[in-house]
Amino acid sequence: MSSYDYNSEKNRVLGRRVAFLILLNLVAFAVIVARLYFLQIYEADKYRTMSEENRISTRFLVPPRGVVYDRNGIIIAKNEQDFRALLIAEQAPDIEQTLKNFEQIIPLTPDEEKKIRADIKNKRNFIPVKLKDNLSWDEVSKILLHAPDLAGVEIDEGLSRQYPYGDLYAHVLGYVGPVSEADKKSNPLYMVPGFKIGKSGLERYYDYKLQGSGGTVKLEVNAYGRVMKEIERDAGKQGDSITISIDSRLQKEAYEAFGEESGAAVVLDVRTGEILALVSKPGFDPNLFTNGISYKNWNELLNNERTPLIDKAVSGQYSPGSTFKIVVALAALESGVINMGTRFYCNGAMEVGSSRFHCWKHSGHGSLNVVEALKYSCDIFFYETAMRVGIDKIHDMAVKLGLGTFLEIGLDNEKSGLIPSKSWKKARYGTQWTQGDSANSGIGQGYVLVTPLQLVTMLARVVNGGYKIKPTFIKPTAKELANIERLDISTKNIELVKEGMFEVVNGIGGTAGRAKFNINGAKMGGKTGTTQVRRISMKERQSGIIRDENLPWKLRNHAWFMGFTPVDNPRYAVAVIVEHGSSGSGVAAPIASKILQEALKLDIK
Amino acid sequence: MYEIGRNSDSWQEKFFRINFSYVFLIILLAGIGTLTLYSAANGNWEPWALRHISRFILAFVLMFVMALVDMRYYYKWAYVFYFVTLLMLVAVEVTGHVGMGAQRWINFGLFKVQPSELMKIGMVLFMARYFSSMSIQGIQSIRGIIIPAVLIVLPVALIILEPDLGTALMVLSTATMMLFAVGVQIWKFVLVGIIGAASLPIAWNFLHEYQQNRVLTFLNPERDPLGAGYHIIQSKIAFGSGGVFGKGFLHGTQTHLNFLPEKHTDFIFTMLSEEFGMLGSLTVVFINLLLIIIGYVFAYRTRNYFAKLTIIGLNTNYFLYVFINIAMVMGLLPVVGVPLPLISYGGTVMFSIMVSFGIILCMSINRQNSTGFEE
Repeated sequence: MSSYDYNSEKNRVLGRRVAFLILLNLVAFAVIVARLYFLQIYEADKYRTMSEENRISTRFLVPPRGVVYDRNGIIIAKNEQDFRALLIAEQAPDIEQTLKNFEQIIPLTPDEEKKIRADIKNKRNFIPVKLKDNLSWDEVSKILLHAPDLAGVEIDEGLSRQYPYGDLYAHVLGYVGPVSEADKKSNPLYMVPGFKIGKSGLERYYDYKLQGSGGTVKLEVNAYGRVMKEIERDAGKQGDSITISIDSRLQKEAYEAFGEESGAAVVLDVRTGEILALVSKPGFDPNLFTNGISYKNWNELLNNERTPLIDKAVSGQYSPGSTFKIVVALAALESGVINMGTRFYCNGAMEVGSSRFHCWKHSGHGSLNVVEALKYSCDIFFYETAMRVGIDKIHDMAVKLGLGTFLEIGLDNEKSGLIPSKSWKKARYGTQWTQGDSANSGIGQGYVLVTPLQLVTMLARVVNGGYKIKPTFIKPTAKELANIERLDISTKNIELVKEGMFEVVNGIGGTAGRAKFNINGAKMGGKTGTTQVRRISMKERQSGIIRDENLPWKLRNHAWFMGFTPVDNPRYAVAVIVEHGSSGSGVAAPIASKILQEALKLDIK
Repeated sequence: MYEIGRNSDSWQEKFFRINFSYVFLIILLAGIGTLTLYSAANGNWEPWALRHISRFILAFVLMFVMALVDMRYYYKWAYVFYFVTLLMLVAVEVTGHVGMGAQRWINFGLFKVQPSELMKIGMVLFMARYFSSMSIQGIQSIRGIIIPAVLIVLPVALIILEPDLGTALMVLSTATMMLFAVGVQIWKFVLVGIIGAASLPIAWNFLHEYQQNRVLTFLNPERDPLGAGYHIIQSKIAFGSGGVFGKGFLHGTQTHLNFLPEKHTDFIFTMLSEEFGMLGSLTVVFINLLLIIIGYVFAYRTRNYFAKLTIIGLNTNYFLYVFINIAMVMGLLPVVGVPLPLISYGGTVMFSIMVSFGIILCMSINRQNSTGFEE
């Protein structure tokens, strides 16, 4: 074989076959290039997104909630630093193992564990799940010590809502709590563990303002979830702070004035409508709710017969009793049915239709005019007056003064009360309004229902000279004040009922004489009210009415007092209800008197 | 028959016949590999880049030595080399059993040798010599391919048992393509294919359970979604997110944040494609294509059957490395653990591939029509 023979069969076969192999190689390279085109150009956008998702973990930052101040700039709701343990599922290679290890350090209740598992299932795996909050320093250091066994667990410094005054502001501020499952969908911020929203009171009403806007932090993480660096941070914005009109000193005085009694008190600045104090007894500690109240505490609050969870100042509806006589008197005076000289004779009882109506004073008051009738709180005078003026005029006057309406101060479950009228009764019961109904309404019994807030509003509108102030927690602007509407009630008649209320406290034999005071010339005017909770039967009347002290607490009369001061130039008005307090003059008036005296001393700006 | 004049070329003469474009492309690939390994270590020469370039320089010298050796020595020693390698494979299998586990290495003290890697070259040399002295009638007879068939199946079986399925398939494919090149009839491949498929279940039972599992995962990565499946998804993300221009040198997030596995070995092409984009990946693909085409040009030009077949075999082997590696990291083939020559980190492949480049060059500069031993 001296030279390579291209024409030999063996070499020709080799040439052909190799040509085919080369073709095969070219096809293979074409496949590679096509695949590169497909991945790096055609599907590049999809993979770019996936790469960013791999790389970047976005976490939400909870904005600090707005602080709430009282009128003097004292903090009444704030944020305190606390620690909680979070689990970031995407960073835990073995969630079960991490949970097991965690439980050995910090025990979890079955309920907590159930919730954690549900959260892990429902949340996207980069959203942290709360394992435990309110950790002590001790617990925090334990967790940090065991960090190598707790892959995916993080300690989060958070802020939790604190109410320095505790139950003092329970019903005004309400409380915050974890976002309910149903609400979580509405805002991505709500998914962040530890985020709280206002659940009741002003926390709820001003929730949007107080929430602020959530921040985000974008972190670069590696395949094991370790944070490599922070890429971007938007700190968010703290919620706006709000200042409310309440004076904490007065609030405290009002709350404590009740002692062990239950009830409510509302103090207004009669010139502006600012709520200076609003308490409901008993209260509760809103701090209990911040991190989710325990079942035991919740049940205790729920089953307490004195209903601490209900804000009696706005949700409690009571018969106004004799306090309503102010409205009846004004309605009668304004309509001309009576005037300052009109006198009725009280001999202790009177016949209305087939029923016999009694005055609280069985021996009777004799002849009296409207001022005297208010002073002694004569029932007969007001039966007579109410029947003469008619329920519809009383209704109009009551509504004008704020009764039977929603005052919308922002608290939950504000009730409208009830001011009856002829058409109301027809619609409600399908029966005609009777004179007896009028007589009953004349002394604030029967169908009439008011809330303490409404009653103090009514009083304020009367004693400020007929200005339609609106009760509010937010200081009205000068313009708003200048635009307060003047009600169509004559000054002369207003002065007349004010004189009656002055006599109630300061006149000899007035029903609230024991509550009177004189602070640098400032005196109090007011009106007592005692309302029956039970019906007194004819039999009982004959055998002698059972004294209130001898009845179970639940059956005792409610005690009202509404008062204002100074009489000459009214500034403060208060309404006090003492539930089952038996006597307006004996129990409610002293509380109101104490509150108003404190208001005078405080020099509220 | 024995041409003295042509045989006495000095090594200087031979040196200047070397195709330096070919050599340049090899240097270029090793350079790209070094840079990529530098990035894989987050911009450090340690632990990979420096060793890679050192090994390359050593292997580069070796390549020239292999190139300048008289071609007839390859012919002369082809069978011996093949059988020594086969014996080493048996030895590996035996010590592997003793050592309870996968065993691929033989330790010679100074260096370790992976016989399966040597077999890639040994098989090519054996086949080239065997067929170079056979007539086309002999090649196309049954008798003529019994010996090669046995000597193909034997090492492939041993390598499977190591177990190193990737290498076994590469040896088998290379040998098959060489059988195809020399002119074995198509129907014989078809027949063997059918018989092979039919006997698979029997062969299956000879495998250990862990070997069966490896084969199953090899065939279906979804069996192991957190392992191979996860890797291939991350690898595709790296490719795609690199786009046309890449994320930039040292800026591949998939790799630097450890989403990509084995970024310095099997998945290095992924890393390169993420950082340099399609421009980078196409560059590497075309350099490799060029190397292979030049290899075929060598085969065409040489006037010796043994040399032609050796080049074709080694070139095919190189092609399989490149194609299997790139296809597997792009999700076209199962992940079988085949590195990308000259770019992936790893000494064995570096040396074996440089040796085969050396042999290809040697064959290419040879001007003899005869190997001197032909009958």
